[in-house]
Amino acid sequence: MEQKPSQVSREQGLRWLKDMSRIRRMEEKCAELYGQEKIRGFLHLYIGEEAVAAGAMSELGEDDAVVATYREHGHALMRGISMNAIMAEMYGKLEGCSHGRGGSMHLFDAATRFYGGNAIVSGGLPLSIGLALADKMQNRKRVTACFFGEGAVAEGEFHESLNLAALWQLPVLFVCENNLYAMGTALARSESVTDIHLKAESYGIFSAAVDGMDVISVNTAVCDAVKRIRKKSAPAFLEMRTYRFRAHSMFDPELYRNKEEVEQWKQLCPVATLTARLRAQQVIGEEDIAAIENAVAEEIQTAIDFAEAGHWEPVEDLMKDIYTNRG
Amino acid sequence: MKTTYREAIRAALREALQQDKRVFLMGEDVGRYGGCYAVSQGLLQEFGEERIRDTPLSESAFVGAGIGAALGGMRPIVEVMTVNFSLLCLDQIVNTAATLRHMSGGQFSVPIVLRMTTGAGRQLAAQHSHSLECWYAHVPGLRVIAPATLEDMRGMLRLALDDPDPVIIFEHNALYNREGDLAEDNNVTDIRRAAVRRQGKDISLICYGGNLHKTLEAAEQLVLNGIDAEVIDLRSLRPLDEETVLASVRKTRRAVMIDESWRSGSLAAEIGMRVAEQAFYDLDAPLARVCTAEVPIPYPGHLEQAALPQVETIVSKAQEAMAQNV
Ligand SMILES: Cc1ncc(C[n+]2csc(CCOP(=O)(O)OP(=O)(O)O)c2C)c(N)n1
Repeated sequence: MEQKPSQVSREQGLRWLKDMSRIRRMEEKCAELYGQEKIRGFLHLYIGEEAVAAGAMSELGEDDAVVATYREHGHALMRGISMNAIMAEMYGKLEGCSHGRGGSMHLFDAATRFYGGNAIVSGGLPLSIGLALADKMQNRKRVTACFFGEGAVAEGEFHESLNLAALWQLPVLFVCENNLYAMGTALARSESVTDIHLKAESYGIFSAAVDGMDVISVNTAVCDAVKRIRKKSAPAFLEMRTYRFRAHSMFDPELYRNKEEVEQWKQLCPVATLTARLRAQQVIGEEDIAAIENAVAEEIQTAIDFAEAGHWEPVEDLMKDIYTNRG
Repeated sequence: MKTTYREAIRAALREALQQDKRVFLMGEDVGRYGGCYAVSQGLLQEFGEERIRDTPLSESAFVGAGIGAALGGMRPIVEVMTVNFSLLCLDQIVNTAATLRHMSGGQFSVPIVLRMTTGAGRQLAAQHSHSLECWYAHVPGLRVIAPATLEDMRGMLRLALDDPDPVIIFEHNALYNREGDLAEDNNVTDIRRAAVRRQGKDISLICYGGNLHKTLEAAEQLVLNGIDAEVIDLRSLRPLDEETVLASVRKTRRAVMIDESWRSGSLAAEIGMRVAEQAFYDLDAPLARVCTAEVPIPYPGHLEQAALPQVETIVSKAQEAMAQNV
């Protein structure tokens, strides 16, 4: 794993702290709203894994593309989709980033090249290959970042896609968010080799394991990987070792893991550890933390108001957006 | 101009590659091998390996990559050897290509063209002979077409590429070697409307793809029995051109559907039901259909032929329908 750099600038520290807090607090609110039946369907929270999206996304440029899974609220937010549009989408309102048609699992945004929001495990990997291929064929120097869970590694599409990426030397950044569980299946119960980055290596892809609970490590690794991809026009693979503190989805009674394990991982909370470090280094003070909390609370309230005030798409529009030219 | 179906498709591919730099062909063995049905032979030499792109055996990844490339501004033509193998990439087609536009609230179109062969008749046994196009025709968000004439083979690809949504072209493998006269002008093709291939007043024979020729032959035999059949070629399996079908049935008052898929849940079933819903009182005889026997396609030639729609079965079904008067 990467070494942690010792000193973080105040500016950078504040930014990461705020970014991770935005994801954390937004999702805590989502869980509440789910209880109130404002948000329906499947809701997969990212809580515990914030360091990955926060540390990774800032290394991507405007032209780059992002492909994500159903656990993508954090990615969407970090990519620059407004919390308003995300929240409205969770509500299913017309003002949502997918105009309400997708919901929590299908956040999309053309403006930021955010391609989902895919609820088929491993389904996004081939897509990322194609996006990168299109860039390569059109001589564009872009990167496609593809986020997926370790559960995807067992699917054939994972292997087919890694092979193609390496074979055709495509500028894809594979980010495996290894949170150790695919729903209730622990990694060791689904993979014969649990060091996932080794699988990528076997395809001849540059690959590393990263402490996914530490935003600085994530950021450093992604920064290197992206530079490498741009320079060599070849894929790179990062296995982010992380953990979700919450259940798989709102329907999950979590019978497969014990509370002690969860508590142990919570000690590594990316928000708390960064806060502690910035404090210890005397880079930030209490008032900074309070300012962040206030700003985030305000942003969330605004987003909820926005979603509440949003509109239900008229039923007459039911058949819209099935085909491009027919309504 | 005398030509084969294979050459007509190749000409269409070549033209598409020449006209638009965004177009590229990708699939298993489309390059060096020349295509497993020799459709793309010579194109690699002409356009190079960037644009005639051989892929590994990984249907899901390269079809998915085609979808991604379409999103990224290219106009990929992706060949899946046969519809049988497309089951390995069903997820990408049904869950991704067909849904992206809808799930993104209209933000993303997926202008991919998928070509695959379909159909039986060459003693290739069950895993190479199925006709599963109605599975795809079941899916909103896809356009499914089945060219049956030389003009359609040549012309439909261009129209498919112009369509901003995913289009699947089903090429019946028995057609590739067929020869015929290709009209010079390219205006006769269409991917929206069914075509009346033979005008008639007594009964409507509704078919598509590889069965058009059997159906036309059946119609000629029916003439000898004094029956004047109208032959409708659906061309587009999704969406269906109901209007042309209904207009024909209302005129002839009798209909037989000919479909190479299994009858349970087939397009023949769908068309029959639509006719029943909308033209029931116009009918003079029960609706009838000729489909493939509900068996995985057998290897022995006689059994394979026994399973498939044949000219004689079409003729006798039509005669039965003519003998009835409700
Ligand atoms: C192809 C497919 N199979 C099964 C599922 C059901 N399912 C949803 S999430 C999930 C677990 C995936 O785990 P992982 O990839 O590790 O991602 P995580 O949820 O941990 O972020 C499963 C099995 C699915 N959505 N897609």
